[in-house]
Amino acid sequence: MTQDDLTIADPKMKAHGVNVFYGEKQAINDVSIDVGTDLVTAFIGPSGCGKSTFLRSLNRMNDTVASARVTGRIELDGEDIYAPSMDVVQLRARVGMVFQKPNPFPKSIYDNVGYGPRIHGLAPNKADLDVIVERALIRAGLWDEVKDRLAESGTALSGGQQQRLCIARAIAVDPEVILMDEPCSALDPIATAKIEELIHELRGKYAIVIVTHNMQQAARVSQRTAFFHLGTLVEYGKTTDIFTNPKQERTKDYITGRYG
Amino acid sequence: MTFNAAALLLLIAGLALIGWLAGRARSSLLAGRAGEKLHSRPQYHGWYVALWLFAPAALFLAVWSSVSPALVTNQVLAADAAQSLPAFGFERGAILSDARNVAEGRQAAVRLPAAAPLVKPYADASQKYALIGIAAMLALALAGGLYAFTRIKPDFRARTRVEKIVMLFLLLASLVAILTTFGIVLSLLFESIRFFRLVSPAELLFGTEWAPTSGAPQPDTFGGIPLFWGTILIGAIIAMIVAIPIGMMTAVYLTQYAAPTVRKWVKPCLEILAGVPTVVYGYFAALTVAPALREFAVMLGIPNASTESALAAGIVMGVMIIPFVSSMADDSINAVPQAMRDGSLALGATPNETIRQVLIPAALPGVMGGILLAVSRAIGETMIVVMAAGLSANMTANPFASVTTVTAQIVKLLTGDQEFDSAKTLAAFALGLVLFIVTLLLNIVALRIVKKYREAYE
Repeated sequence: MTQDDLTIADPKMKAHGVNVFYGEKQAINDVSIDVGTDLVTAFIGPSGCGKSTFLRSLNRMNDTVASARVTGRIELDGEDIYAPSMDVVQLRARVGMVFQKPNPFPKSIYDNVGYGPRIHGLAPNKADLDVIVERALIRAGLWDEVKDRLAESGTALSGGQQQRLCIARAIAVDPEVILMDEPCSALDPIATAKIEELIHELRGKYAIVIVTHNMQQAARVSQRTAFFHLGTLVEYGKTTDIFTNPKQERTKDYITGRYG
Repeated sequence: MTFNAAALLLLIAGLALIGWLAGRARSSLLAGRAGEKLHSRPQYHGWYVALWLFAPAALFLAVWSSVSPALVTNQVLAADAAQSLPAFGFERGAILSDARNVAEGRQAAVRLPAAAPLVKPYADASQKYALIGIAAMLALALAGGLYAFTRIKPDFRARTRVEKIVMLFLLLASLVAILTTFGIVLSLLFESIRFFRLVSPAELLFGTEWAPTSGAPQPDTFGGIPLFWGTILIGAIIAMIVAIPIGMMTAVYLTQYAAPTVRKWVKPCLEILAGVPTVVYGYFAALTVAPALREFAVMLGIPNASTESALAAGIVMGVMIIPFVSSMADDSINAVPQAMRDGSLALGATPNETIRQVLIPAALPGVMGGILLAVSRAIGETMIVVMAAGLSANMTANPFASVTTVTAQIVKLLTGDQEFDSAKTLAAFALGLVLFIVTLLLNIVALRIVKKYREAYE
């Protein structure tokens, strides 16, 4: 890959020489990438290229897969997140995640958003929690739709609302980075547009990394784009450069729709 | 000549084999002669003939075996020699069966003199009906075989036909269980109705005195409340206090924490626990747990401590139920989507917080269904309570005292010498009916809950 595109002065997360194995199989091969603090970074690439696997290694969600093994170095604010001294629970509070399929808990809307603040002790009393829940729902653009029915089950919302609820849930613990794993793949175009709008609004408040299949979406929401293929990082740079002037033949073939 | 069903079954099986060979041979022969391709392979034609030969004849054989003894007896009763028989009751039956045994060669000579004149009519009648039965059966077999045999043509779809016949057989097989259940319910119902003619349902369901002392000077009382209370105390309270927490914790450990190797060893061990015969649990409860509990109770100064205690039976029954609860809870927790667990972990929750606040609430409906099924098993459990809980019908909340249960009383009422028309014996059927209805309702509710919950995540 070309190094001269990395114009990130103060990266929030730095990955260097990262390999991820599932048992014997290597899913990620020597990936180095910096994630900017005020930027939206998109990971694109064909199915099975390892972009989701790499995303999940940024908050150690791969730990939940028994056979997964990560080598190399990933830093959050200069601190190695795979170091033995790293508290995984704290790490995941700082690096939140939104999944492919909306996965609200079978609890009320209020409790869904309040879950994180409660377990992390962010709200000493009910009034504080009310404020946190309201702020998170406002930020996720869901407040006006649900403010009168906070006691209803989160699973009763529409798919797009559920996904925004999941974003609100992630925001509520006040993370520094939000990882989004194809957050719109289960949503219709209108709900997708709302999520994209939301990503625009959240930019600058959080470092956002989004995995997407949809190249138009990557072009619309991100400032940096990384193209993965077969477990390697083929090209990483400014989104405008990647889409208008890719340096690698494989990137060009992919974004012009020749494969993928 | 007597009607020997097993030999006849063998005979038609032999005929069916011939039919199979003939059908197979004929289909290839016809195909060869006409120069056509067979629709079905020759053995399907063989099977078609064999099944048509065998099935109607076997069905007739089954029906005839159950009907012909009654026909034989009817004819014997119509004979002149039978007019001097006692009109009703035990003696009449004994004379008839004595005569039948001699006539059918199971006995060398009559034991009751009154049976002697009946031997000849019996022998005649059974020979007559045996001949009729055999002739009809062979006719059916041949008719079926010929019908199928004449239908064989190269383009005959024997393969599809055989498929249909096989499906019919499978349907019949599955009906056996359903019809048996139906029969059990009916027999329970009829005997219970006889009981309720003697004792009112209200007394059984709401009476508080249980003393079925048949033959004693004071009147029998059939108040079921002490039994129901004992059943609930042991099966639904003590056993569940043991089984639910331990079963749940086992399930949580096995699904969330255990390494695959641990799981590989612990699960089969639990399954072995579920396979231990209940009588073994029974003597474990009676010989080991109950005496220990009694000593403990005496040490604490608890009154009425008995070696047959509700607590001993309940604890051991709870242990017996643990694998059941844990496997239901295991299924329910596993059915909660991984995404739910990931969602919680990704928010920085520990595995323990995830289990307590997300997994168990999400799995709760399924777990509840499993617990109801466990209760229904526990209240129907017999051996442990017979051996360890005792037979005295006490209404007590003291777990160290002896109580009795519905199942233990059924055993007590039906063992030993009994007259099958006394209220005491019939009470067992009425209790059985109550138990059946309660467990049926529990099962229906539980299965509904489990099913509804499964649908929610699929």
